[in-house]
Amino acid sequence: MKQEQTALLQGTLDMLILKSLLAGELHGLGVSRRILQLSGGTFSVKPGSLFPALHRMEEEGWISAFWGDSENNRRAKYYRLTKAGRKQLEGETQKWARISSAIARALEAS
Amino acid sequence: MPLLAKARSFFRNLFFFDRRDSDLDQELRSHLGMLIEENIRAGMPPGEAQRAARIELGGSEQVKEQVREVQMGNWLHSVASDCRYGLRQLRKNPGFTAVAVLTLAVAIGANAVVFAVLNALILHPLNLPDADSLYGIQHGNEASSYQSYPDYLDLRDRNHTFDGLAAYNAGQAGLDTGENPSRVWLYEVSGNYFDVLGIHPYLGRVFHDSDEHGANSAPYIVLSYAYWHTHFQDDRGVAGRKVQLNKHPFTIVGVAPPEFHGTLVFFNPDFFVPIVNQEQVESENLLTTRGKRWVFMTMGHLKTGVTLPQAVADLNSIGSYLEKTYPKDDDQRSFTLARPGLYGDYLGKPMRAFMIGVMLLAGLILLAACANLGSLFAARAADRSREVALRLALGASRTRVLRQLFTEALLLSLLGGAVGLSGSVVLLRALSVWQPFSKWPVHVPVNPDANVYALALLLTLASGILFGAVPVRQALHTDPYEIVKSGSLARVGRRITVRDLLLALQIAICALLVTASMVAVRGLQRSLHSNFGFEPRNVMLVDTELSMADYRGDAVPRMQKRIIDDLEKIAGVESVGLIDAAPLVAGGYNGSLAFTDDKTDLRSSNAAADAFKFSISPEYFHATSTALLSGRAFTWHDDKDSPRVAVINQEFARKVFGSATNAVGGYYKTPDGTRLQVVGLDKTGKYRRLTEDPEPAMFLPILQSPSSQTYLAVRSDRNPEQLVAAIRSTVRDLDASLPLYIESWNKGLDTALFASRVAAMALGVLGTMGAMLSITGIFGMAAYSISKRLKELGIRMALGAQRKEVLQAALGRAFKLLAFGSAAGLLLGILASRVLAFIVYQATPRDPLVLTGVVLAMALIGLLAAWIPAHRALSIDPATLLREE
Repeated sequence: MKQEQTALLQGTLDMLILKSLLAGELHGLGVSRRILQLSGGTFSVKPGSLFPALHRMEEEGWISAFWGDSENNRRAKYYRLTKAGRKQLEGETQKWARISSAIARALEAS
Repeated sequence: MPLLAKARSFFRNLFFFDRRDSDLDQELRSHLGMLIEENIRAGMPPGEAQRAARIELGGSEQVKEQVREVQMGNWLHSVASDCRYGLRQLRKNPGFTAVAVLTLAVAIGANAVVFAVLNALILHPLNLPDADSLYGIQHGNEASSYQSYPDYLDLRDRNHTFDGLAAYNAGQAGLDTGENPSRVWLYEVSGNYFDVLGIHPYLGRVFHDSDEHGANSAPYIVLSYAYWHTHFQDDRGVAGRKVQLNKHPFTIVGVAPPEFHGTLVFFNPDFFVPIVNQEQVESENLLTTRGKRWVFMTMGHLKTGVTLPQAVADLNSIGSYLEKTYPKDDDQRSFTLARPGLYGDYLGKPMRAFMIGVMLLAGLILLAACANLGSLFAARAADRSREVALRLALGASRTRVLRQLFTEALLLSLLGGAVGLSGSVVLLRALSVWQPFSKWPVHVPVNPDANVYALALLLTLASGILFGAVPVRQALHTDPYEIVKSGSLARVGRRITVRDLLLALQIAICALLVTASMVAVRGLQRSLHSNFGFEPRNVMLVDTELSMADYRGDAVPRMQKRIIDDLEKIAGVESVGLIDAAPLVAGGYNGSLAFTDDKTDLRSSNAAADAFKFSISPEYFHATSTALLSGRAFTWHDDKDSPRVAVINQEFARKVFGSATNAVGGYYKTPDGTRLQVVGLDKTGKYRRLTEDPEPAMFLPILQSPSSQTYLAVRSDRNPEQLVAAIRSTVRDLDASLPLYIESWNKGLDTALFASRVAAMALGVLGTMGAMLSITGIFGMAAYSISKRLKELGIRMALGAQRKEVLQAALGRAFKLLAFGSAAGLLLGILASRVLAFIVYQATPRDPLVLTGVVLAMALIGLLAAWIPAHRALSIDPATLLREE
């Protein structure tokens, strides 16, 4: 993985993970698949970035984890959004909206 | 809430690390399982599904490591495991560890010791409240601070820039507490001394301005804590006790606090008496003599907001007032300010220069040690490149590998620092209780404080990081695939590397130190055999002070004559001479201006010379084996009723009479207008210091220029112990209350040679350390380059290279560096010797012995260091070597 890409993705990956958990609890693979679906197949999140992000966000207190059974009765670790996580998502979303509209304006202006 | 969660996960990660890890393991496994299921559902055959899932997951160990890196508290675990691993590595290489720890211990210890001395003597010289604003007044044209008492009073009362101006003078007196009369060291201090310095009594009271009511009005004693402790057994009822000082009644009024040792760093007085009682201490009233500068130092705190230039301008305006008002006594009075603790700039300047020089050298030694360890580390890192490559291939990140290397470096440096610091603390403690001269109350108070510990820690960490950083580039550029495939890289650098430069620098430093220490040792050796103007061998010096037994006026010379006569009767005594201040031993000397005979305006700017003035008995020149160049010595007939005569030295003759030839028989004048006829001429000797330039000196007959201060030079080749006993009993028979101090003149010279001895010793130690470092440095480099080039050397030998060529190939570079570094160091050493000449008498590098010595020493270092590597290179068996790989 290229270095500059991670740097750029860091903030957005957190936001996408939070967004994917908004509808309900998911395990790691579920989060990855949901992001793929939400982005219309653009973002495929590899475990190498997904798990560090999940664990980091858990430590930040935005999501909480628990062990549960998957659809196929396999034990899996599930993640769910906490109150702090919801607030974080709102903040990130607003910030992102501001940034993207500003960038769009800047690009149109030329 | 987030903070709480963070703390929780921190502790969870810290204490439930294993559970946490197995949790992660399980999570990844279930993830893999689900990926496989997903693939099977998409229609892949099971084998294919598993393969695709593994590819998508990537290396599960890498993922785990990445997760661990974001987990809080985890770093502590990895640091602990790094430490464990590092310690294991160090244990596996005890030789390397021992060399590294020892090198660091020596280098860091040396820095700690030097810094502690610098810290105690130069940075924080006086342990007084508000020491930062405390300044001593010094003459503008020379590094001296003596004032006359009337001048001190004018300075005190007319200045606008000091918060009170105190004065003190150090002296000796005889103290009689009812038991044995003993010689004590005291400060005569102005009444405001304790108040200006902000010193409060430990017991009883100190004296104040209000105690002074003219000459001899305040017969009070304030004891120093140490003297009270040792001589009054901590008697809390000591205040009010009556004692006899030089046979005058004095009252002990109090005890100074334990941390106050007077205002001259090395010189701790036994007690303090008011300066207005000066006559009773020195048996001559100098309080009203403006022309006689005897008050050792005046000092005070600058008022807040006053800058140094303002204070100097203020003092100089008083100076010009004094010049105008007292043209005869006060000529050219200008002033500067200096820190009082080290006698202003007189000791302060050379000591500061010397200590800073030594500190720099110690720093360079540490740097050299770091360079050495750095190259050892780099060599080891190269040897371990396979291990590093393996770790990288197994998923360790490069930061992790680097951290491991740094952890090892820091572990080593901490070990070395701890050993070095504890060694230096022991040394410093010993130094602090050490009293180099039995006769003088001299101490070297250099106990380590927090600053020293902090500096040692800082140096330890800095050096760990420094030498740990050397192999960083190597580790960063490791390509695991290449190294695992091909074994260690046998690339031999041909260009000059940083490592070569470091080694050359280090050799240069070593050569510099060796040069400097040889120059110092040679100078010292020469000064022991140089011409002092007298012959100290076989002379016993008897030091006494007749005023301590209350002799005054005509009784003084009468008693002196009786002592001389009786001492001469001792069996085996060749001759006995008397002088008021023995050259190079006495410490304090009288001086007098001298004017040419035609001068009538005897102001000091008209003086032809400022000369040492010695009062001697007729036999002095004989007893000290001083040969007169021309003229005669004195006789007992040169007394008060006969014409005033003098013997002068060549320098005096040159300055006052223009040349030595027409001096004898000529006349000169002293400031009080007395005409003296020169009857003899002697060689210029050394009077105050060995390193002094030729100084003019005049010798006057004791009967015409009486002095109660008495040094008797007893020349005899008898056994010194018996002689001392005989002298003691002879003098006791004359007057039992005379305190005596007897030592051989050679022993007394230790004081004069002390600075040179210390310098030679310090440089010798540093030089040895530098040599040790150079040896390890050259050894490390040569051994490493040979081990890397074994194959090449083997091939060369197989192709018919001779031993000489092999050696040249193997060690040529090391020797080139040695030659280059030594030359540079020798050059630097020759330059540095100019600085050394301030401290060590006749320190000159233009000495064939020094030059050959340095070259030999450096060659020896090279030989020692290269011996083992050369052996190894020569014992290469090409056949075995080529078979091996």
